[in-house]
Amino acid sequence: MQPIKNGTVIDHITPGCALKVLKILRIPGDADGGSIISVVMHVKGDSGKKDIVKIENRELKAHEVDKIALIAPNATINIIRDYEVRDKHRVSVPDDIVGIVECANPSCISNASNEPIQPRFSVKSRDPLRIKCFYCEREIEDISAGII
Amino acid sequence: MHILSVADDMVPAARGDEASTLMAGKIMASLFFEPSTRTRLSFAAAMNRLGGRVIGFARPGGTSLQKGETLADTIRTVESYCDLIAMRHPQEGSARMAAEFAEVPVINGGDGAGHHPTQCLLDLFTIQKERGDIGDNKVALIGDLKYGRTVHSLAYALALFKADLTFIAPEQLQMPHEVVEECQEHGASISFETDLDAAIEDVDVMYVTRIQKERFPDPEEYKKVAGIYTIDTDLLRHAKSEAIVMHPLPRVYEISAEVDDTSAAAYFRQAFNGVPVRMALISLVAGVIS
Repeated sequence: MQPIKNGTVIDHITPGCALKVLKILRIPGDADGGSIISVVMHVKGDSGKKDIVKIENRELKAHEVDKIALIAPNATINIIRDYEVRDKHRVSVPDDIVGIVECANPSCISNASNEPIQPRFSVKSRDPLRIKCFYCEREIEDISAGII
Repeated sequence: MHILSVADDMVPAARGDEASTLMAGKIMASLFFEPSTRTRLSFAAAMNRLGGRVIGFARPGGTSLQKGETLADTIRTVESYCDLIAMRHPQEGSARMAAEFAEVPVINGGDGAGHHPTQCLLDLFTIQKERGDIGDNKVALIGDLKYGRTVHSLAYALALFKADLTFIAPEQLQMPHEVVEECQEHGASISFETDLDAAIEDVDVMYVTRIQKERFPDPEEYKKVAGIYTIDTDLLRHAKSEAIVMHPLPRVYEISAEVDDTSAAAYFRQAFNGVPVRMALISLVAGVIS
């Protein structure tokens, strides 16, 4: 995988989760302006296999990217300018998770198709990660399966 | 505890022995999207005893919801006609969502299999009135602990008072693990039983629930467990003499009619307690008392 001149590299993604990461980030989408997006999966790293995503000419903000910590808690975000890493941080799950995961409880009001609300969760515990529906207060068991 | 203390002050007015004008000139919207007898009527009685008026409906038939209106729009419309809303809705989290859209206070009268907080408060009030204290009791929750929303709310609340809890239910209707975990996080002592007779002798409060046919997707599953636990005078002979029996009502098979005439039968007093407790809540959320 070639280095990029400007943009964002998301490294240390849980192996097999790169496409879900892109889905959470709504990439590709209108905001990309036709950026080149590279995805590699199951790359051998220092501590086992990982996925990597590179997005050229777009710098993702921390609040945009933190939500991927739901499925890739060890991911790091590298902002690249002129081939150099200018900023680097590890993702952390936001306190309020809105519109990313749907509630697994079919009777929850957030699953009513016509109500003008988005599914919303709060963090119950960070390690291990446990999240609770803001509306019905049920805990979601398989976060990855609930990604919208 | 403040709500329970205010509720205690409301008892004479709830009985009709004193007149109250605390909510005079105010309107409560009573929106019941699911059937209810005690909750709906005791909310209405509470508002009337406080000198206020009640508008609303007892079932969604004939309302705009049947024309496809969202709950959010119904709430935004109704709130302009009233000073507070009391509602019951089949979907979990519906009252919380309604509170997001309403400027007036919303009181949850039950949201599907979720919570029933006003029932919980009147249950706590009853335990306090009958036993003199809440936390210093061994409380057995009996029957449908999986789908029964009253027992979820009550278990959380009793855990906060560090009560000693025993969950008596058939395996398939035991308390959901997230409720158990949260009770344990609050320091409650919890034990599990399937046999009612074996667990009853050192219990102070028997809180019995109906196994609700309407919560079972499969009627065969319901038949297997309906009527599995019955409190009768034979069983009460093995219980403490001062133990009480509570039930959110309606009952079907769970308590024999012969128990009604014993001192243990607290369930009709419990049903009355819904009025002073809801009077206290209405007055507090409307801001007419502090």
